[in-house]
Amino acid sequence: MTEPLVGVVTFPGSLDDRDALRAVRLMGGEGVPLWHAEPDLSGVDAVILPGGFSYGDYLRTGAIARFAPIMEEVRAFAARGGPVVGICNGFQILCEAGLLPGALIRNRQLRFVCRWVDVRVETSLSPLTAGLVPGEVLRVPVKHGEGQFVASPHDLKRIESQGLVVFRYCSPDGALEDERNPNGATNAIAGVRNDAGNVVGLMPHPEHAVDPDVGATGGQPMFDALLSSASARV
Amino acid sequence: MRFTFEVLVQLKPDLLDPQGKAVEGALPALGWTNVSGVRVGKHVELIVEAEDEEAARAQVEELADRLLSNPVIEEYTILRAGQVGR
Repeated sequence: MTEPLVGVVTFPGSLDDRDALRAVRLMGGEGVPLWHAEPDLSGVDAVILPGGFSYGDYLRTGAIARFAPIMEEVRAFAARGGPVVGICNGFQILCEAGLLPGALIRNRQLRFVCRWVDVRVETSLSPLTAGLVPGEVLRVPVKHGEGQFVASPHDLKRIESQGLVVFRYCSPDGALEDERNPNGATNAIAGVRNDAGNVVGLMPHPEHAVDPDVGATGGQPMFDALLSSASARV
Repeated sequence: MRFTFEVLVQLKPDLLDPQGKAVEGALPALGWTNVSGVRVGKHVELIVEAEDEEAARAQVEELADRLLSNPVIEEYTILRAGQVGR
């Protein structure tokens, strides 16, 4: 069987592109490095926009990266139903690009947060949760200064009523408690998807949670889901 | 002709501004206990080459909408416009 090809875009200031490529490889896919300035996805079956600080987070997180030449290709790929995942800064870029609803602003407590969190799967309709059961809890790390998810009251209503929330911060047994919310995100939202269910963004880092030698492995089921979503396109 | 603009970008009023809140929280320690409503925004200066001020302003509005602000969370105001050399 051919391994699914997962492209990982490097922007100036991306940090987690190598970890994302490594996670793809560890989980049985083939990682394809992509460059922000090249409007070419090299025929990949899925795209990851990785974490980091593209363009130094100047102006707003993701605000400048969204206009990178490769983003038009990512937009077209998403419009054709291709699986697109934005992690942390990648999530911020997808929101800025209008491919996902809402926005990410500075953490409620103003401090950068770097720790393990638990997230609860809210829907199996996304490239990171296909085949997972809603209610399942996964342990993954967060590390961000601007991860507080917000949306206008109108958008928030739509996000909730149409089941666009993919992950919420929770306790290890899946309970929603304010002290489990690392950044003050509205309704404890850690990740959302688009209407079609092929674009997903999240603040936590599944790519740092696939190797049992370095901690929890909550990222494994997410990468399994991503690789099967990508395989469906091979 | 070259036109100068100043654009103010702020979080929408119904969004809590964590930076403004932090600044406000620091003020009492310095003895200022009578300050509230602190909000932190961004001030952007631009010079635009255009036929006339109307065209320049239209362009500033478009770029403020698309890049300088994120309409999901922010709003912008053109504070001042002028012509270079006047």
